[in-house]
Amino acid sequence: MVTLGQRPATRARHTPRPSSVQLKIVMAVSGALALLYLVAHMIGNLKIFLGAEAINTYAAWLRTVGEPALPAETLLWLVRVVLTVAIVAHIVSAVILTRRAHRARPVKYAHRQPVQGSYAARTMRWGGVIILLFIIYHLLDLTTLTLNPNGVPGDVHANLVADFAPSRWYVTLFYALAVIAVGFHVRHGLWSGLQTLGHNSAAAQNTLKGVALVVAVLLTVGFLSVPFAVLTGLVR
Amino acid sequence: MKLNLKIWRQAGPEDRGRLVAYRVDDADEDMSFLELLDVLNERLALDGEEPVAFDHDCREGICGACSMVINGEPHGPQKATTTCQLHLRHFRDGESITIEPFRAAAFPVVRDLVVDRGSLDRIVASGGYISAPTGSAPEAHATPVPKANADRAFTAAACIGCGACVAACPNGSASLFLGAKITHLGELPQGQPERSDRVVRMVETHDTEGFGGCTNTGECAVACPKEIPLDVISQLNRDYRKATTGGRRSA
Repeated sequence: MVTLGQRPATRARHTPRPSSVQLKIVMAVSGALALLYLVAHMIGNLKIFLGAEAINTYAAWLRTVGEPALPAETLLWLVRVVLTVAIVAHIVSAVILTRRAHRARPVKYAHRQPVQGSYAARTMRWGGVIILLFIIYHLLDLTTLTLNPNGVPGDVHANLVADFAPSRWYVTLFYALAVIAVGFHVRHGLWSGLQTLGHNSAAAQNTLKGVALVVAVLLTVGFLSVPFAVLTGLVR
Repeated sequence: MKLNLKIWRQAGPEDRGRLVAYRVDDADEDMSFLELLDVLNERLALDGEEPVAFDHDCREGICGACSMVINGEPHGPQKATTTCQLHLRHFRDGESITIEPFRAAAFPVVRDLVVDRGSLDRIVASGGYISAPTGSAPEAHATPVPKANADRAFTAAACIGCGACVAACPNGSASLFLGAKITHLGELPQGQPERSDRVVRMVETHDTEGFGGCTNTGECAVACPKEIPLDVISQLNRDYRKATTGGRRSA
């Protein structure tokens, strides 16, 4: 007979703040902001297919939009600040949730299959780390132009063509892997965010998953089209 | 049929525990999984060894007591089936089967395969109820409930509180259990007066008990022997958001 006596080494019972649901809401809202930015970014990238003039003018416009009502680059910096706050909030919440998840299962299963749900769901954490590393590289490459082989401010077209030159295949490869990681992240993240914000129902479940998949695929294909075009000589 | 078992043995909460191999030669494919353990335990008792401790009660799939992870799946490989209703015909002769307790910080192991699931009771105690005068049952038809709401409430109320969702969740979250209770009571008129307080208190207790947060992997709904759908978690999130933003909360 087993006696249900004293609980083993009862932890100090404090209520963790913010609550798990609040953290999820932060994840969903900040993820949505980042996703909106990604969609705009991807569509903007496609200007490269309209020629050097088109994308360079577009890049310049991003810096002057709002003028003369607003000083130069005001909207640009507004977007940058909002995006940075969103990404920091996203990462902080993810770290807190991950630490709680590890504490919630201190003894692992000896025999347990990996997550059956989806590949995307099980790679969210590592995928996120890869995406963060890529963002840092990406900013140094094409925003500050520190690591860009051409590095002429304002000449986006030439910078891109130099960046994805066939001899720099490893850059293109890293770019492609990171974009695919973003695709997986969005695939699970968009569905998960809609579920978190309470827009799921038994009837809508498959539709929401379908929408998330379509958005993820379009985003990935859109982003990959640029290096692909440079590599194959479509854009030169 | 013959089966090779690897069973988690742990003398008590403080013991580290380990997997121990057993061989059962006289299993029958018509036995339930718990009967397999009964057969093994009879032999262990005759041999003067300590029998394997495991939870069980109704053995007809409705009480939620039997709790074990069989080959990595809570309640074993059969869909929508509790361990007591799982039969050995779903296993191959000579198969190796690993049996572990539900693993979660909020479910401390009492002994072998028995875990203390009192944390789920404390979540319910913090809000999973309605306040009603007892002893004067009202006329059943006095409060109409639309069919769609009644159906959804019933689907959620099928939760037997076994904790398989927690055992399956990679984050050790009890969100499916929580969502089932929230949806069950939230769909019915009797659940409305305490609706917003209920969700806030239950989420608070859930977090305090050391369960992890949900990341919508959907593992819980796959493991659930009562097939509670994943959208109850969406309902939980929606109720929580409504309860904590803007609107007033009841006493």
